[in-house]
Amino acid sequence: MNVDSVERGLVIDHIKAGKCMEIYSVLGLDKLDCSVAIIKNARSKKTGKKDIVKIEDRIDIDLDVLGFIDPNITINIIENGVITQKRRLAPPDRITNVIKCKNPRCITSVEPDLSHVFKRTGLREDGATYRCVYCEQEYDG
Amino acid sequence: MKHLIESRDLSPSDTKGILDLADQIIREPAKYAQVCSGKKLATLFFEPSTRTRLSFEAAMMELGGNVIGFASADSTSASKGESVADTIRVVQNYADIVAMRHPKEGSAKVAALHASIPIINAGDGGHEHPTQTLTDLLTINSLLGRLDHITIGLCGDLTFGRTVHSLIHALMGYDHISFALISPQELTLPSYIREEMVGRDIPFKEVERLESVIDELDVLYMTRVQRERFFNEEDYIRLRDSYILDGAKMKQAKKEMIVLHPLPRVNEIAAEVDDDPRACYFKQVLYGKYVRMALIMTLLELEV
Repeated sequence: MNVDSVERGLVIDHIKAGKCMEIYSVLGLDKLDCSVAIIKNARSKKTGKKDIVKIEDRIDIDLDVLGFIDPNITINIIENGVITQKRRLAPPDRITNVIKCKNPRCITSVEPDLSHVFKRTGLREDGATYRCVYCEQEYDG
Repeated sequence: MKHLIESRDLSPSDTKGILDLADQIIREPAKYAQVCSGKKLATLFFEPSTRTRLSFEAAMMELGGNVIGFASADSTSASKGESVADTIRVVQNYADIVAMRHPKEGSAKVAALHASIPIINAGDGGHEHPTQTLTDLLTINSLLGRLDHITIGLCGDLTFGRTVHSLIHALMGYDHISFALISPQELTLPSYIREEMVGRDIPFKEVERLESVIDELDVLYMTRVQRERFFNEEDYIRLRDSYILDGAKMKQAKKEMIVLHPLPRVNEIAAEVDDDPRACYFKQVLYGKYVRMALIMTLLELEV
């Protein structure tokens, strides 16, 4: 399958297979006027398959959000058809209004104006652990 | 320390300062009788808790201060949908310090984020109750003469028992503490606290029967299986009588062990235990008042 290469913009690469629509939604890519290509299950030497998102524009994206969803993602910044910068991500220390606390006893469950803030409390083999800053409930997906 | 929201807000030196001040107040209460003259404590109790509220109010009054507040959310703007943040922004114009209890976890943290005056968490749902922790530490230190080299058994509802969570966090900061976690499998300690104990190499064991460890304990901390923490009545009835301390079990315990309980008890400590000199839960109530006096002075930065 061929997708045109990006002349000027971003390529979000090495997305865990199956996660591209989550990224499309969280980054609000549906609101962009430029071309956006979503490639699912592309071949990957490292992981067998991966997802890729190509954006034909230099937009500002929230790296913390991407780092939370999948810290293995790489962001390639493209100018004049060549990669000018490669950025690797890390799990962020703190995320705000990306995920919601599911604890029915948490104050955020009754006060809709409160931001949902989570802090990273440790690293496990399968990724970072995040807890609500108010009630300390672990986010389990 | 500006507020006291979680037991982790207390550094070892904060705790030592508060416990030392409480000791001085116990020795010379008259010296502190007017230290809060002209100051007001607001007790904001969105959830009923007579004894904690009375303890705070008695503490402020014995320091010569005044008290305003409410004892249930029904009579407040919270019942009209006012947020915790707004309530605090209003109340801070009337009082110098707030003691707040709220049924939702994290509510005291929200209050502290919006407050210009000190906030004391007097219990936020099943999450934290740090002044109970200070009470427990003062009681143990006063009765055993130490806060290190202790084997403490925590018995009952360890899942929802916030006093237990806070006490474990606080005691982890002292040397040679080991924990015996005594609970039914349905009410064991939350994994995040267990992970913290593992990460810090704190020795602990988890058992289902109080009899299997009671002879090893320096402190036995009993807790109530609280009806309001259950989502269904059947589970509550099935588990509430699981762990009852009686005279027979006390016979297996060390002569110098102390029995503590955050109160109120339902039936988890038989009345016959009350006459045992090792039953210290009513002394604990008095220590609670003294430690709250010390905390109020500390947060208001008052000295004699």
